[in-house]
Amino acid sequence: MLAKLRSTDTSRYTIFLILGVVFTIASVLSENFLSADNLTNVLRQVAVITIMAYGVMMLIIGGMIDLSSGAVMALAGVVSVIVYKDTGGSLVLAILAGIVVGVVANLVNAFFVATLNTPSFIVTLGMMLIARGAVLEITQGQTVLQLGDFVKLGQSSWGWLPLPTLFLAIITVIVWYLMTQTRYGRSVYAIGGNQEAARAAGIAVNRIKYKAFALNGVLVGFAGVLFMSRVNAGLPNAGVGYELQAITAPIVGGTSFSGGVGTTAGTLVGAIIIGVLGNIMNLTGVGSYIQQIVMGIIIVVAVAYDVFSKRGKRSKQILKPTEKELTDPIDGEEDSLSQRHDGPHKEVP
Amino acid sequence: MDARLSLRGITKSFPGVKALDNVNFDVRPGTVHALCGENGAGKSTLMKIVDGIYQPDAGEILVNRETTRIRNPIEARSHGIAMISQELNYVPNMTIAEGFFMGRMPMKHGHIDWSFVREEAARILDEEGLNYLGRAKLSSLTISEIQMLEILRSVYHSADIIIMDEPTSAIAHREVTSLFKKIRALRDEGKSIVYISHKMDEVFDIADDVTVLRDGAVVSSSRVEDTNFAQVISEMVGRDMSTGHYPKEKIEIGEPVFKATGLSRKHLFSDINLEVRAGEIVGLAGLIGAGRSEVARAAFGLDPLDEGVIEIDGKKVNASTPQRAIANGLSMLNEDRRLEGIIPKLSVKKNATLASLKSVIYGGRARKRIENKLVDDYFARMSVKTPTTETLIESLSGGNQQKVLLARWLITEPKVMLLDEPTRGIDVGAKFEVYKIMSQLAAQGRGIFMISSELPELIGMCDRIYVMSAGRLTAELTPPDFSQETILKYAMNEVEVA
Repeated sequence: MLAKLRSTDTSRYTIFLILGVVFTIASVLSENFLSADNLTNVLRQVAVITIMAYGVMMLIIGGMIDLSSGAVMALAGVVSVIVYKDTGGSLVLAILAGIVVGVVANLVNAFFVATLNTPSFIVTLGMMLIARGAVLEITQGQTVLQLGDFVKLGQSSWGWLPLPTLFLAIITVIVWYLMTQTRYGRSVYAIGGNQEAARAAGIAVNRIKYKAFALNGVLVGFAGVLFMSRVNAGLPNAGVGYELQAITAPIVGGTSFSGGVGTTAGTLVGAIIIGVLGNIMNLTGVGSYIQQIVMGIIIVVAVAYDVFSKRGKRSKQILKPTEKELTDPIDGEEDSLSQRHDGPHKEVP
Repeated sequence: MDARLSLRGITKSFPGVKALDNVNFDVRPGTVHALCGENGAGKSTLMKIVDGIYQPDAGEILVNRETTRIRNPIEARSHGIAMISQELNYVPNMTIAEGFFMGRMPMKHGHIDWSFVREEAARILDEEGLNYLGRAKLSSLTISEIQMLEILRSVYHSADIIIMDEPTSAIAHREVTSLFKKIRALRDEGKSIVYISHKMDEVFDIADDVTVLRDGAVVSSSRVEDTNFAQVISEMVGRDMSTGHYPKEKIEIGEPVFKATGLSRKHLFSDINLEVRAGEIVGLAGLIGAGRSEVARAAFGLDPLDEGVIEIDGKKVNASTPQRAIANGLSMLNEDRRLEGIIPKLSVKKNATLASLKSVIYGGRARKRIENKLVDDYFARMSVKTPTTETLIESLSGGNQQKVLLARWLITEPKVMLLDEPTRGIDVGAKFEVYKIMSQLAAQGRGIFMISSELPELIGMCDRIYVMSAGRLTAELTPPDFSQETILKYAMNEVEVA
């Protein structure tokens, strides 16, 4: 049992180790890597993806997924930009509009996932198409230009700290707080770990799912605002593939694809690892096609590792009768056999 | 003796338990042989060995007097053995004709001979006087119709030993008649049928021979005319039941704390009235499928209720969801610890406080110190053995997991606890500790409602026992009437559910 404890502890820190290794390799490969300019640049670049990653992390921990975040992010960002221009430069209204779009889209997701019990994979796949179609329809495929002061949000700095990085830091603290210091957070872990058991313990499963999607909507909406402001345009084609990067970050950071396990810090580090890898490939002149291949490999390896490490734990459980666990003769045997195969229902593929 | 199927000295152990001990079992050609026993007596294990799903540790299987090794169900089939399991295995989207040849599709020129499949299925259905279309989907049939098709299928594929595991558990009374007609017809053709059941009336209706298993050993094997109803029941139960080993305390019984009136749910149970008083441990006995867990789940808001009223402390309460039930002082320990109890990847601490998050997370943050103290207190009181409270619950033994779950409910300070199979799958020592905890809880004036399939523990722990059969209450017993024979008699009382 001690050995088991030790193994959980090391696995918790593996991710930081990997970050260290990636950092070391990066600084060897390129002398520019460790320069202050480059590092702030990396942090600025990962802000949008990381904020989105927090949203999908909550959903994955809760046993769900969001494939629509890239498209909803684009829709929210473009709507925000349009509102900004139409209101003659009200930044507050623009940010609010982006967040409202993100929340509404995700409440629709939640309605199908929680109330109608539809697999989130399918629902958010549909939402991905709907949101992308909507943003293209609104803009007729045209980029919205001349944003004026809107760009400050994404491009200016607070002292030496780029604003997006500052926002990321604040949001990181908020997400950490939500996941560790609130009943909501505790419930999300419980639902993702074993939905039926959570329900039987009096957790309002549907309400928590709605909350998780709504929070995801806030994050995705704000990420949209930040993105458009950083690129200084309302790009209807923004964020294609971002949903996958947003999923990759928590998975690389130790969030279990089957739910119930994951940390905010892990997701942050996962996102930074991906950001650093992208950065170093840019610095060393690796082409963008090859970069895609590398990202693909990272996703597969991260998920395979997640599944593989879980398989190890399972076989340990099978061996458990050594603890003199006498199950009742035949029924007990059958029970444990069938449950080992089925496990609690999970809708995440 | 001219047995078609003969088992000699079959022994089988699972980790920590001997499921079968030197079992001899003979099935004559042209007979129906009933295999009786309580839940867990070893009936299904024995038949799974015959079907090749399990391998015996010792002993041999003779089919038509030849020693045979059966390594899997496919080999069993090639020896003419077919198993009609309790949970029918079929693919709902298959047609009747496809289902008939599933796994043995006739091939012609390297592809499936569909016209043969269709014609042959039509011919068999016709022969049996069944007017289904061969292309109808299996999902459009009832369970008993599918069961009948499975029997026809096994006979068609030249099975002459047919094992039926509780074939009447999922079908209506009326359909039993046609099933029995078919069984008799098969018997008269010279087939051998092994009929697993614990329904005595059926056994005495259909069987030629009866074998009784108890705790993995054969208690008796005889012709049906040489035994009787009462004898078989007492053999199933055994007489060496002692009730002295239970830490049952004498407690002053108080006012009713829990009262359920007229609980009904379509097809599952109807008109159930239950009452539990403060300090009282009340049992609910019945066979598997009698609807005991269903009643408790509905009372706790886990499943919907069509009709009925729940009262706590004499006041009508809304317990339509687990949250409401908990708020009203109810709690429920589920029968299936893995499926509906533990959250495997959370620590024992977080598992323990899951049902009372409001007392450990409030005012905008998680109260670590309060949570630790609460958990330490309850764990000490219930002697939960865990390396630390941060250990993942999945790495504890079953008994300790169960104690953590009991702690989860105690932390909510419930007035009434519904315990569904609280000692299932835990070792003897842990069982005793769970009994002790139950006694302490009763002494604190809580009402305890206990569902169990182990009659000795019900008799040993309860002040009163309700018995259910087929979705209805058939008896309410008090101590002088506590005997396994009486309970089983009422539990087997067949009543059709409206």
